[in-house]
This record gives sequence, C-alpha cells and structure tokens, in this order.
Amino acid sequence: MQDACALALTKWPAEGVPSSPRGWLVGVARHKALDLLRREARRAPLEAAAARDCPGPQDDASGEEELGDDELALIFMCCHPALDPEARIALTLCCVCGLATAEIAAAFVVPEPTMAQRLVRAKRKIRQAGIRLKSPGREDLPRRLAAVLRVVYLVFTQGHMAPAGPDLVRGTLCEQAIRLARALATLMPDEPEATGLLALLLLTDARREARTSDAGELVLLGDQDRDRWHAAKITEGTALLARALKAGRPGPYQLHAAIAACHAEPVTDWREVAALYGELARYEPTAVTEANRAVAVAMAEDPAAGLAILDSLGSRLIRWPQFHIARAELLRRTGQTGEAIAAFRRALDLPLPHPEQAFLEQRISELRNTRDG
Amino acid sequence: MKYLMLLYADSPMPEPGTPEARKLFDEWAEARQAMTDAGVLIECAPLQPAAASTTVRIRGGETLLTDGPAAEIKEVFGGLTLIECDGLDEALKWAGRLPTASAGKVEVRPFYQVPS
Repeated sequence: MQDACALALTKWPAEGVPSSPRGWLVGVARHKALDLLRREARRAPLEAAAARDCPGPQDDASGEEELGDDELALIFMCCHPALDPEARIALTLCCVCGLATAEIAAAFVVPEPTMAQRLVRAKRKIRQAGIRLKSPGREDLPRRLAAVLRVVYLVFTQGHMAPAGPDLVRGTLCEQAIRLARALATLMPDEPEATGLLALLLLTDARREARTSDAGELVLLGDQDRDRWHAAKITEGTALLARALKAGRPGPYQLHAAIAACHAEPVTDWREVAALYGELARYEPTAVTEANRAVAVAMAEDPAAGLAILDSLGSRLIRWPQFHIARAELLRRTGQTGEAIAAFRRALDLPLPHPEQAFLEQRISELRNTRDG
Repeated sequence: MKYLMLLYADSPMPEPGTPEARKLFDEWAEARQAMTDAGVLIECAPLQPAAASTTVRIRGGETLLTDGPAAEIKEVFGGLTLIECDGLDEALKWAGRLPTASAGKVEVRPFYQVPS
C-alpha cells in the first residue's frame, strides 16, 4: 500500500501542476490515491449498508450532499483528529499532495524508513479504526475544519522556516500548502477561516524571495528589498483577507493574515500588530502568541516594555530558538550586551537552519566588538 | 463495524440511593435509549470494582489465580459499552454522549475483523 501510493503519486510534481485548484485536485494521481484509500477504508466492515438504515446521532444527509466532494473527503480523512498530528501532515503530503516518502522524510528531517513507518501506521489506523472517506456533516465541520487548516498551516511553516538543515526556506512545501489552502478556499467559499488561511499563506509567501540573499543568508524584514516581494501575491492575499473579514466571523487564521498584511505594508504599523496579537491570544492563548506580541510592543513602544513581557513568560519557551533570538535582540537594544550575547548563544544551542546560525554568529561577533571596542 | 467503549471513570460509582447515583442513572438511561433508538447498541453495562476481579493464567499446565485486575491503573475501569455502527466518526459521536466522557475517559476500541 505504502509503495503503491508513493509510486502512483510521485508523477505530477515533476510534470508541473495545472493552474486551477480543481483541476489540480481532480488529477489522475488523486484518483489513484482515492481508490487506494477507499479500498483500505472499505475492506473491513461487514457493512455499512446495514448501519446506513439506522441514522447516527447527527446524520445530516443534506449537509453532506453540499460538501460531499471526493477531494474534500480525502483531505478530511488524511487530517482526521483521531490520527497522530504529525502523521496527519505526512499523510496529507503523501496522499493529497503526492510527495514521495523521501521528500516527506526530508521535510521532517527524519530518516526515510522512519517516515515510511509513520505512513504505514497512519494508514493501518485508518483501516483498523474504520475512518471513513467522507466529508463531515455541517455540525462537525467547524471542529474538523480547524484540524484540516492546522495541517495545511503546518505544511507551510515547515517550508517557510525549515526546522534545521542547509536551507532556510523550502519552496516546494510552501507551494504545496498554498495549493491545498486554495483548494479548501475554493471548495468552501463560505468558510472565512479557509479564505483567511489562503490569504495568510500568500501574504507570507510573498516575501519568500526577499528573505534570503543571493548567497543564501538570512535577511531581516526591515532590511528586505521590497522590490523582491511578490506583488501579485500581496494583492491577492489582501483582497482575500478583506473578503474573509466581511463575513464577520473572525478567527485565528484571519488574524494571522491581518498581521501578515501589516508586514506587507511599506512601513509596518507595529501598534496595530501588537493589538492584533492581543486579539489572537483569545484564540491561541499560548506563550508563542505572547512572545510575538512582546516583539510588536517592543517595536511600537520601547524594547524594555517588550523585554518585560518576554521575561514574564519564564521558562515556557526555552526550547524555542526564536524566543532567545527575540530576547537577545531586545537586550542588545537596551544596551545589555553581555546578556544579549548569552541569549544568542542559547538560541545557537538549539536546532536551526544553517543560514540563521550564520546570522546569529555574525550578531555575536558584532556585539563582542561593541563590548570590547 | 463493532466498537468496544471502555469506560474509565474519574471516581468510583456513587453509593446507591444518593442524588449523585440517581443523576448518573438518569444520564445513562438517556444515552442508552438514544443508542437503542438509533439501532447501534449491543451491550452496555457497569462492572463491579476491580477488587472483585480474579486474573487467570495457565503456565506449564498449572492454573495460577491472582486476586485483582490484570493491570493496575490509576483510573477506575468501571464498565463497557458495545455498539455496531458505520465507522469511527459515528462511534466517536456516541462515545461523546456517554456520561463517562464528561467525568472520565472513554477509549473507543474497534473490533478486529476476522478475515472471512
């Protein structure tokens, strides 16, 4: 099953992808994957037919009709909340995006046999537990949609900021995520969060080219050459965000997109960004949200105010290199050179992509010169 | 597909006759009725406490009996529900409607399908 799926699906990434999301999703590759998964899902039960006569607790046939697209069902199946979260991402990349096991393994920075095992386990769970290939009914959609959007978002972040390795950005994963988000937004035009996610990914990805120099070095937002930003993606992302917000049902992805839109302006309004992170904390009350707000506050007001928020988070983010980098930057700006160097060092003790490591080393040597000079 | 729901309660069963016991009984009666009406219920029963268990092993022809459950766990394994329905999503919905899901945990375990 594993090899068959990988084989059936490795074809199209090399051949390029049709421009329309529907065309993309309804490709030959997908049909093969769909058949395979369907067979897996149906192999077990004695029958569905008997059970179908007695409706379940919230069986809503009309809702299913509306959302009953096969491709949507496939995405929902791969992102099923009963599957291990990491396995959902891998399975989606394999069965929906058609990435080979080796490519997915590289994306997760794990050996290929480990990834193959993870995929086998996920498919076995689908078969053994009786996860069906069908879109959720209206009642379940919000909860299930959140899980699907999360997977697409994580596929993107894996590409946008590689957790480790030689490259800072892995464009293939970013593009796969955008295609998935586009498909979801097209198939569910009434879900502002689906539209919001697509807007977020486009607005963020618009800066991809400008984030690294020709030599592959990291370039900070403030130093980026705005001519290298992708104007069409910014225009489309901004328009999508406006459409999503018009529905009057805000959510985390729309807020993330609004923040990304602030960063796509010629001058970032940090006060607005800080306020948006404050709003986001209502949906994602995590230390990471708070740390991001701290940086925005530091930019809008003064570094000390941001530093106070970061230090209030205690040890909750010590495994996250970006926390130490943010702290180091703010310590540097408040003239606490020694502490800044120590914080950069702590970030370097954690896994980071090579360009970012080089950037931090450079920052440290600059600080040493300031201190000693 | 058949699913066994293993019911792990946060606390032991309340004393019979108490208001807590009556409330729990009513909640179960409601869940049981809903499952019966939908035609998915096969069996649904509370169990005596683990202290009433006896564990049996045959080793080298010898029968070894141990007083108590096979595995010591923190939670109270207090009962089971057996249903037959179309797939995991439906089973998970029913699991969520069992009172134990709100005052403990419900493990949804699919039956092994014997190849025909």
